[in-house]
Amino acid sequence: MHIMEGFLPHPWWEIWFGLSFPVVAYGVYRMNKMIKDSRETLPLLAVAGAFVFVLSSLKLPSVTGSCSHPTGTGMGAIIFGPWITSVLAVIVLVYQAVFLAHGGLTTLGANTFSMGIAGPAVGYLIYKAATKAGLHLYLSVFLAATLADWATYLVTSIQLALAFPSATGAFASFKAFAAVFAVTQIPLAIVEGVVTALMFKYIVSLRSDVLLRMKVVTDSTIAKLKETLP
Amino acid sequence: MNRASGIKLEHIALVVIVLFIAAFAAVSSTGNHEWSGADTQAENVISQITGGTYEPWFSSIYQPPSSEIESLLFALQAAIGSLIIGYFLGYYRAVEKAKRDNSTRK
Repeated sequence: MHIMEGFLPHPWWEIWFGLSFPVVAYGVYRMNKMIKDSRETLPLLAVAGAFVFVLSSLKLPSVTGSCSHPTGTGMGAIIFGPWITSVLAVIVLVYQAVFLAHGGLTTLGANTFSMGIAGPAVGYLIYKAATKAGLHLYLSVFLAATLADWATYLVTSIQLALAFPSATGAFASFKAFAAVFAVTQIPLAIVEGVVTALMFKYIVSLRSDVLLRMKVVTDSTIAKLKETLP
Repeated sequence: MNRASGIKLEHIALVVIVLFIAAFAAVSSTGNHEWSGADTQAENVISQITGGTYEPWFSSIYQPPSSEIESLLFALQAAIGSLIIGYFLGYYRAVEKAKRDNSTRK
């Protein structure tokens, strides 16, 4: 669930636009360069973008008695890194803001920052750290996608808290917003992590060559997986 | 996740999804819940904090005229995504198979 249209007052909506724009612009540059240098990444890029499309369209009920939706950005972050994933997120956010009145154009900067930049950055770093620590590949993917999803909504809560500090300060209102967003998101984030791990498994089994070339996985990880998995 | 134990990632995913549905059923059967969006609830928090004084300064340029049309557009979004994923995974699968068939024939 994104911040709704018109719900970020001046100067916050401009600030988040200012922070997001350079990242997305650099993401577009990286994306063009990647496609030009290695065309075989294009289908995987489409799949990662489509994954964001599907997951962010599913509004799921949570244990809090309210609904929210996953982000699907963990997959893109793991394969392509946060820069390029920010571009994928913008595409979905614009679609939802223009056609669905979900999120908004004035809050696009803030929503891009939470879903397209902060979440993927967290996912990317977790994935790198987990694989480096020698965790199982799919467990690393699960952790990365789950925490990318959850971090997105923590950042949304921070953004709203900064714009709407309560009488006792921004931290009190952060707790109020996090109670809505972050708690609702916990079960959804776990489901997203599992689904992303499953999707990643299929991509590894079909195009491990591309993942190897992009240094997402190493030869030894693939060899280990091939040993244990039919 | 190895062959000896026979537990695959698919099984784990299935269990997690079943638990997720069970949690929904359990919460749903106890008490009244609106199942409204988290963004609507955040709106309530905002009006609590500001004492109801905050007015959104911009409204959506287009509103789906009914919840039917809104669900159509959401379904369209999911359909486009699934189509792309299914197409490429299926395509890669067939390429893999063709490669394997070729190498066994030789």
